[in-house]
Amino acid sequence: MLKVHGLEFKYKDRDILKKIEIEIKKGEILSILGPNGTGKTTLLKCIAGIIKPQKGSFSIGSKNMLDIKRNDLAKRISYVPQSSPSKFPITVFEAVLMGRSPYIMWRPSEKDLKIVVNVLKFLKLEEFASKNFEQLSGGEKQKVLIARAVAQDTEYLLMDEPTSNLDLKHQLEIMEMISNMVKTQNVSAVFAMHDLNLASRFSDRIVMLSKGEIFCTGKPEQVITVENIKIVYGVNATIKNNNGVLYVFPDKQINRQNSNPINNPNIKKAQAEVFCDAKTE
Amino acid sequence: MHTEKIYTEYKKFNAKKVFYILIFIIILGIIALGALLHGPSSLGFKNSFAALFKETGIARAIVWELRLPRIIMAILTGCGLSIAGTVFQAILKNPLASPYTLGIASGAGFGAVLAIVFGGSFYSEYLIAGSSFFFAMLSSTIILSIAKLKDPSPETMILAGIAIMFLFSSLSSFFQYIGTMEQVQEIVFWFFGSLSKTGWKEIGIVSVMIFVPMPFLIKSSWQLNLLATGDESARALGVNTTKLRMQGMVFASLITSACICFTGVIGFVGLVSPHIGRMLVGSDHRFLIPTSALIGTILVLVADTFGRVLWAPQVIPIGIVTSFIGVPFFFYLLIRRTRGYW
Repeated sequence: MLKVHGLEFKYKDRDILKKIEIEIKKGEILSILGPNGTGKTTLLKCIAGIIKPQKGSFSIGSKNMLDIKRNDLAKRISYVPQSSPSKFPITVFEAVLMGRSPYIMWRPSEKDLKIVVNVLKFLKLEEFASKNFEQLSGGEKQKVLIARAVAQDTEYLLMDEPTSNLDLKHQLEIMEMISNMVKTQNVSAVFAMHDLNLASRFSDRIVMLSKGEIFCTGKPEQVITVENIKIVYGVNATIKNNNGVLYVFPDKQINRQNSNPINNPNIKKAQAEVFCDAKTE
Repeated sequence: MHTEKIYTEYKKFNAKKVFYILIFIIILGIIALGALLHGPSSLGFKNSFAALFKETGIARAIVWELRLPRIIMAILTGCGLSIAGTVFQAILKNPLASPYTLGIASGAGFGAVLAIVFGGSFYSEYLIAGSSFFFAMLSSTIILSIAKLKDPSPETMILAGIAIMFLFSSLSSFFQYIGTMEQVQEIVFWFFGSLSKTGWKEIGIVSVMIFVPMPFLIKSSWQLNLLATGDESARALGVNTTKLRMQGMVFASLITSACICFTGVIGFVGLVSPHIGRMLVGSDHRFLIPTSALIGTILVLVADTFGRVLWAPQVIPIGIVTSFIGVPFFFYLLIRRTRGYW
């Protein structure tokens, strides 16, 4: 289990993340939701070791991950950025082979090459293997970046907006593929997401952030509520539950005071209830 | 069926790269031999060849003491500048970067100007070399300190480099302005770059400064590959990007300074060889570094040989010829390219 405890991140005196407590269990998909600028990406980057939080700890099992070497961390946690433009030309095969980097000193082994071949096959990317990465479409690029993370062979897979550049079909394809992988290979996936519908459909649990703090945590139907969307996103929405799958229809943006919703007493209460629900799951 | 094919395709792709490297080694050998046997002196092709195996005589001296050191120096500088250029392009994530982007050449130039104008009774080839090496390293030290102070991003480094470049150029211009005619002439000559004053001692010094940092740069090849996909990706894949960038800067600057302190500024090679290399073998630095080193070597050697033979007994400075030969070739490649990049 991956535990994040008391994590805080500041950028030039501005609090980006505060008091973050998250547990990620094996074999689960956790989505991080929240409006723009709430620190979703920053949180993922902290866990992936790309940036260092000023306070807090995070551990896998009993091992503290903040002291560990970057290369060793890369063997346990992989990160898929929103996009990864390549300044210089590389083939898809080379891009995916980069996922094996934590295990490569100078030369990839036969095992590394075999793994890459299998991953390309698994994600149905065989035909692109010797194509130039920059020539692919947005969806294909995204798949290659995911393939790279899969080749990295880690227990935890962090993805920043995996579906943001994709059309409907590719969105579903990628979410189903990852969901499938998480269930069959006992790994965990953490997504930073904007799409509430996709998040509720594919996540086991959801963390909702508001202004750098955790607003609430729980199962999709506990977190994605009319009330929470109103408070966190400032939007009136209708939610339909169709056989356990939630559909969120945003209606109208509402004007609200520019105060941190977490400090509002009414909301404190609502939030406490959500936490209660989450505990009794 | 596909699985086998992907695997063999990648292997073939790499075999092709090794093939290119071997071909270039052979071409280099042929050109080096050709350069050894040609020159402005009346020594013919046959006599030059015979002189290679003679114990004494003028012919032997021309081949062993004039041509051979010059050829080896051409190989060293071509190789060093191209490796430095490849590494600078990778760590600065900028295809326009060259060994001179960070103001290293203007630093070296200022050092040379200082030695020429104020050398006085200490004036010697070595004073110029030492002074230009010192100022070349000084410019890269300033950039490293600024990067360390602010942030080690490519943008900071490039901007700091451009500022340094202007500083040293204006200082050089100022001292040229107050220098005597002879001094100015010597300065101009230094800036052209020349291999004509090369001896075995210089070769020894330059080889040490090129070949000591080289293993490190070759060893980081794989990590340099990751850098091209962005710092975040590289970090998530286990690379300490700050350390890699700083170390790469130090070693590439060292190689550049070593190359130009004896020969002056030989332009264009360090910028263009990595691009030609990338076009042929792709961006995997394990193959790109040796390939662009060989291309740079061949370019400098061909340029120098042309410079010696074309207007014999007049010698055209190498720095002028490299651009003359390199630019049309580069345009040809630029127009012919099919993909978005190479």
